[in-house]
Amino acid sequence: MSAVKVFIPRDSAALAAGADEVAASLVHEAAQRGLSITLVRNSSRGMFWLEPLVEVQTPQGRVAYGPVQASDVASLLDAGFLQGAAHALCLGLTEEIPYLAKQERLTFARMGITDPLSLSDYQAHQGWAGLTRALSMQGAAIVQEVTDSGLRGRGGAAFPAGIKWRTVLNAASPQKYVVCNADEGDSGTFSDRMTMEGDPFMLIEGMAIAGLAVGATQGYIYIRSEYPHAIAVMREAIELATQAGYLGDNVCGSGQRFHLQVRKAAGAYVCGEETAMLESIEGKRGVVRAKPPLPALEGLFGQPTVINNVITLASVPLILAKGASFYRDYGVGRSQGTLPFQLAGNIRHGGLVEKAFGLTLRELLFDFGGGSRSGRPIKAVQVGGPLGAYVPESQWDIPLDYEAYAAVGAVVGHGGIVVHDDSADMAKLARYAMEFCALESCGKCTPCRIGSTRGMEVIDRITHNTNKAQQVHLLRDLCNTMLNGSLCAMGGMTPYPVLSALNHYPQDFGLTESDKAQGVSHA
Amino acid sequence: MLNLSKHDIDHGTPARESKEIVELTIDGYPVAVPKGTSLMRAAIDAGIQVPKLCATDSLEPFGSCRLCLVEIDGRKGTPASCTTPAEAGMVVHTQTPKLQELRKGVMELYISDHPLDCLTCSANGNCELQTQAGVVGLRNVRYGVGAQAGAHHCDLQKDESNPYFTYDPSKCIVCNRCVRACEETQGTFALTISGRGFESRVSPGQDEPFMQSDCVSCGACVQACPTATLQEKSVIELGQPEHSIITTCAYCGVGCGFKAEMKGNTVVRMVPWKDGKANEGHSCVKGRFAWGYATHQDRITTPMIRDSISDPWKEVSWDEALRYAAQRIQGIQAKHGKDSVGGITSSRCTNEETYLVQKLIRAAFGTNNVDTCARVCHSPTGYGLGQTLGTSAGTQTFKSVEHADVIMVIGANPSDAHPVFASRMKRRLRQGARLIVIDPRKIDLVDSVHVKADHHLALKPGTNVAMITALAHVVVTEGLIAQAYIQERCDDKSFNEWRDFVSKPENSPEAFEAVTGVPAAEVRAAARLYASGPNSAIYYGLGVTEHAQGSTMVLGIANLAMACGMVGREGVGINPLRGQNNVQGSCDMGSFPHELPGYRHISDTTTRALFEGAWGVTLSPEPGLRIPNMFEAALDGSFKGLYCQGEDIVQSDPDTQHVEAALSAMECIIVQDIFLNETAKFAHVFFPGSSFLEKDGTFTNAERRISRVRQAMPPLAGLADWEVTMKFAQALGYDMHYEHPEQIMQEIADLTPSFRGVSYEKIERLGSVQWPCNENTEEAGTPIMHIDKFVRGKGRFFNTQYIASDEKVTQKFPLLLTTGRILSQYNVGAQTRRTPNNLWHSEDRLEIHPHDAQERGIQDMDWVGIESRAGRTVLRAEISDRMQPGVVYTTFHFPESGANVITTDSSDWATNCPEYKVTAVQVVAVNQPSDWQSRYVKFSKKQLDLLPNAAQQHVEVMGK
Repeated sequence: MSAVKVFIPRDSAALAAGADEVAASLVHEAAQRGLSITLVRNSSRGMFWLEPLVEVQTPQGRVAYGPVQASDVASLLDAGFLQGAAHALCLGLTEEIPYLAKQERLTFARMGITDPLSLSDYQAHQGWAGLTRALSMQGAAIVQEVTDSGLRGRGGAAFPAGIKWRTVLNAASPQKYVVCNADEGDSGTFSDRMTMEGDPFMLIEGMAIAGLAVGATQGYIYIRSEYPHAIAVMREAIELATQAGYLGDNVCGSGQRFHLQVRKAAGAYVCGEETAMLESIEGKRGVVRAKPPLPALEGLFGQPTVINNVITLASVPLILAKGASFYRDYGVGRSQGTLPFQLAGNIRHGGLVEKAFGLTLRELLFDFGGGSRSGRPIKAVQVGGPLGAYVPESQWDIPLDYEAYAAVGAVVGHGGIVVHDDSADMAKLARYAMEFCALESCGKCTPCRIGSTRGMEVIDRITHNTNKAQQVHLLRDLCNTMLNGSLCAMGGMTPYPVLSALNHYPQDFGLTESDKAQGVSHA
Repeated sequence: MLNLSKHDIDHGTPARESKEIVELTIDGYPVAVPKGTSLMRAAIDAGIQVPKLCATDSLEPFGSCRLCLVEIDGRKGTPASCTTPAEAGMVVHTQTPKLQELRKGVMELYISDHPLDCLTCSANGNCELQTQAGVVGLRNVRYGVGAQAGAHHCDLQKDESNPYFTYDPSKCIVCNRCVRACEETQGTFALTISGRGFESRVSPGQDEPFMQSDCVSCGACVQACPTATLQEKSVIELGQPEHSIITTCAYCGVGCGFKAEMKGNTVVRMVPWKDGKANEGHSCVKGRFAWGYATHQDRITTPMIRDSISDPWKEVSWDEALRYAAQRIQGIQAKHGKDSVGGITSSRCTNEETYLVQKLIRAAFGTNNVDTCARVCHSPTGYGLGQTLGTSAGTQTFKSVEHADVIMVIGANPSDAHPVFASRMKRRLRQGARLIVIDPRKIDLVDSVHVKADHHLALKPGTNVAMITALAHVVVTEGLIAQAYIQERCDDKSFNEWRDFVSKPENSPEAFEAVTGVPAAEVRAAARLYASGPNSAIYYGLGVTEHAQGSTMVLGIANLAMACGMVGREGVGINPLRGQNNVQGSCDMGSFPHELPGYRHISDTTTRALFEGAWGVTLSPEPGLRIPNMFEAALDGSFKGLYCQGEDIVQSDPDTQHVEAALSAMECIIVQDIFLNETAKFAHVFFPGSSFLEKDGTFTNAERRISRVRQAMPPLAGLADWEVTMKFAQALGYDMHYEHPEQIMQEIADLTPSFRGVSYEKIERLGSVQWPCNENTEEAGTPIMHIDKFVRGKGRFFNTQYIASDEKVTQKFPLLLTTGRILSQYNVGAQTRRTPNNLWHSEDRLEIHPHDAQERGIQDMDWVGIESRAGRTVLRAEISDRMQPGVVYTTFHFPESGANVITTDSSDWATNCPEYKVTAVQVVAVNQPSDWQSRYVKFSKKQLDLLPNAAQQHVEVMGK
């Protein structure tokens, strides 16, 4: 009997749920029983409520079981799961699980399917096709392709990637850089981590293409220090790719140079701000730089630098491989392509959902997420990380599209979605936003450095009914100062969650109809 | 000149240079500025001051305070005007209701964490935060202030560790100006911000007190601070100044411009002058803070006389002192002849004073026995550069370093001895210029924060000429010379001879490797780097000149620079770093026995006739005695009287015991000084001198820049030094009459072609001028010398045969001693030792390599005896790997150290400049002071006891 292929993810989320124990138990049990298996430590499919999700290769396809604990292994083997047999934990064919089947996985197409560090797996699943094509093109043509695809920065700011690349391409300098911002620190986000742990060659390929496009010969991946697995996998993948000639002095024999290095981040949220990140890579304190000069012109070590988020760069190989129009045809309006949404917080089916822009929050929350995990009504949803607005139910049907969200004072951002049920106290969450800003502010600009601390104090006074009307007015003034006066998005966006909480949930701040009449609850 | 405006205009961001001019509109006013100029600076050009706190025009824009926000038509948001460059066609608004709201909001946040003690705050009246709160119209702090608001820093403790300024973190607004000044202006990187967010606070080192950090107390941070956070202690004590006077620092040869900020006759603080071209608003610990000596209790302010040095001093009137001095000098001359007396001019005094002293010696004494302390420092520079290029002076401005691509530092330690220039040099090095250091010691520049020498040629002391010849060998034999430049500008014959000479195999780096101790490959690499330029500049100090072959080395430097085409434009040149404030000037003013002002030989009949006509006397065509010759003549009995202004020859000249014997043999020594210095202890007449704060005049710095010294307070002794010299001449029966130093400068200009265009009126108008300054130059003189051709016509090469110093290591004296200065102390220390600068350096120590120390059983801080063929002294040992094995080092700031008891009579072949930098010595562990030191203590105490108010004077000696 030939060995049966079994897939147990190595993704951090699966590991946290006990994937290593399951794998150890399976290997042990199989050996005991004289069963021949080939264990593949794949990446996660992104259905975290099902982790550890164990898959078995069958002639019909991969059959999923989950969530599996080590203690379930014996009964699974007893039931014949190596042949795809039925079991209480059996989920059927993985591809047919609706959560996955309903997605439009472009960037995450390989996720959970391949062995992350297998070059042959990567190659077999359309890996390097984008790079191969890019090598046959001039830099300007690559930049044009990326511009035409409509790809915008997936880190949150949504700046058109092609325009940024063109600036770097046109900057005359003997040394240029590509820096990948992998300091993924927003609450409820994990798509960067999954990419690095689960499909590292895709990021490498994207960065190499960026290097070819703009004439950069050195790349850095600045990875959040709390991501030890991502750091290890990326380092190993870079080593493998270098050995195989995809990186180095002679990329794929083209004579072009591109080197890549991992930099472990400094452990501060603000180092995810692109200029603070540059300072950190240069070995300095992670403090935000004023712009201009734009990093595209004077970035790392003062040289022209492409800075993109993981998902932005990871989307590039596909765009090059399949062409700009393939990608552009997904999405709506000026939000083209797909976004890997990340469902987290109080949600039944937390995980990764890659969909074209344009679906609604309600679809995500209920069609994918299955409602709150607590079973209570969902009250508020924070979209776009800790600096994103709280979106009330009245706005759940707005299409997820950068411009449509901006129109209501919200942000799509990185696509992180954190769900709160009706037990949430929005005044507390507003205070938390200020507290988070106070904790993480680099301290350079005054509105953020002092304003965040004052923000907490003012909200405390509001919730303790001290001078309420005046303090609400002050809170709005403070938010105005931070919003318009801050040096970067840290201080500049902290008012989003604060004001959205205040505006949509005034009752949580103890504001009454008469307060409204006095004009304190709405600016 | 009184400058009643306390505050200069702050343009907010530095000026930008660009050929492209952009035109825009700010608040409706059209403005045109060079491309790259910030909106903030452009607004100031339009007469509009945008509110600001973190911006100041000495620092790159930072964009943190968020007060300077503006609105631009067609653009989103409210960008900061300090970080936004002006662009053509922009329509900018600096004042709108939205901006008003934002600025108020930001200011309200600032003040919520700031003590509201404005009335009792030391910055009251000069606080940018206070001013800006007024400007934005803050009327209410709705958060409350300090504890009332919630979290705050208002009760943080002060750091008073630095003797000159206080750090009060409770008043810090975290604008980072101090941190940026420490980085950008000073280049020390001693400050940072610790903590983040609300916790952010300025931190010296890792939250250490200032005195324990790397801070060098240059004062740039204090200068940059917009609040009372970093404040001079003198301001805390005295309050804000009411007027200021622009003057020139009297320490090193950088010649920094300062504003003496005053209350009446009291100096409140010295602030570096932004428009001072030598320093552009920067300073060091000495000029900025160490001025308290001027009113120190040790100042002697009454003239004194005595018959013999064993008699007590008698305080007398000026008239009596002058009469007495004149009688004694005339008595000596009557008995021993005209040439039995002489004088020494001072590089510490003004040009006018120096000129007058040499005039007095030549015209009133009637002898050419005049010399100056430059004899012992830069006389080889005058000789060497005069011979090769035609001018006895450095070729560049300090600013020129901004264009240098390769910087070669030879025998100089700028970060200690010329700190303000070192900061300018380091800034250029941080921008990527390459660095070659030729020095036996691992000086600070070799490896410091963000500065690292590409090549440190750590040669053995005394082998400079071997090194420069080896460098020349590489340049010539590897074909790196500037053929066309040499052909056009240099003398063929001497070049060809020199080329053949340096090409010889015995002059190769390989051949000299054993002599210099520097690997040949390193020498070759350095030579290639220097030759590659495109702009290579040489900066050198006393480590070049104070050698038996000092003049040869200067010739060698000029050879190399000419051969590589590195003279005559921005960014290149030969730059002697002058030790004292007016070394250049004292040399220019005819202080040498063989030269009249402007380096014209005394034997030249035309020149002599010019001065004879102007001075109404007959001048001897024979050069007089140099300082060492005066000592010899004194011991021979033919030299009996000396007028010594502002120099302490007993402490500063080599072979102290020899000097002491010579002075003891003289009949009348007249010392003019602000303190009873070591020389004055051998004197018969004491003329109390005036400090630079007490008189008018000019100093000439190492760039040939003539700047004004302006009187900030009346002379403590009633007369300025020039008045004393004038009255002394009158007492001698020579009619000298000036109402003001301006008239002395007029006389100098009339008689000296290179100074013909110099006048006080012009300096007043232009800030400073650089000689040559006359009808053939720009109005402000000559910033860069030798632009189209060398002053002497064709540049002349000289063969530089290396000859080993007589000071050789032997079994008896197996180590080489070299001497130098340290940042906090200055030369003989007469001034700095009388300030809290002693907190950094309270005694001279002997630096010794760990191996040499171990061999001798010497531990750190042990007493060690240092003995040479000249004498013996005792110092504490400091074990240091800045030294190379076989070489020891000490400073000479404290008289009781007796550093010059050890140095010998070895001197430069051409100029007699002493060989301070090489003395063969032995070092042994000891447990008591040397015999000389014991004698010194006794003698010194006795001399102080002979003062009228003896109790006030004190002297500190080890082992006491």
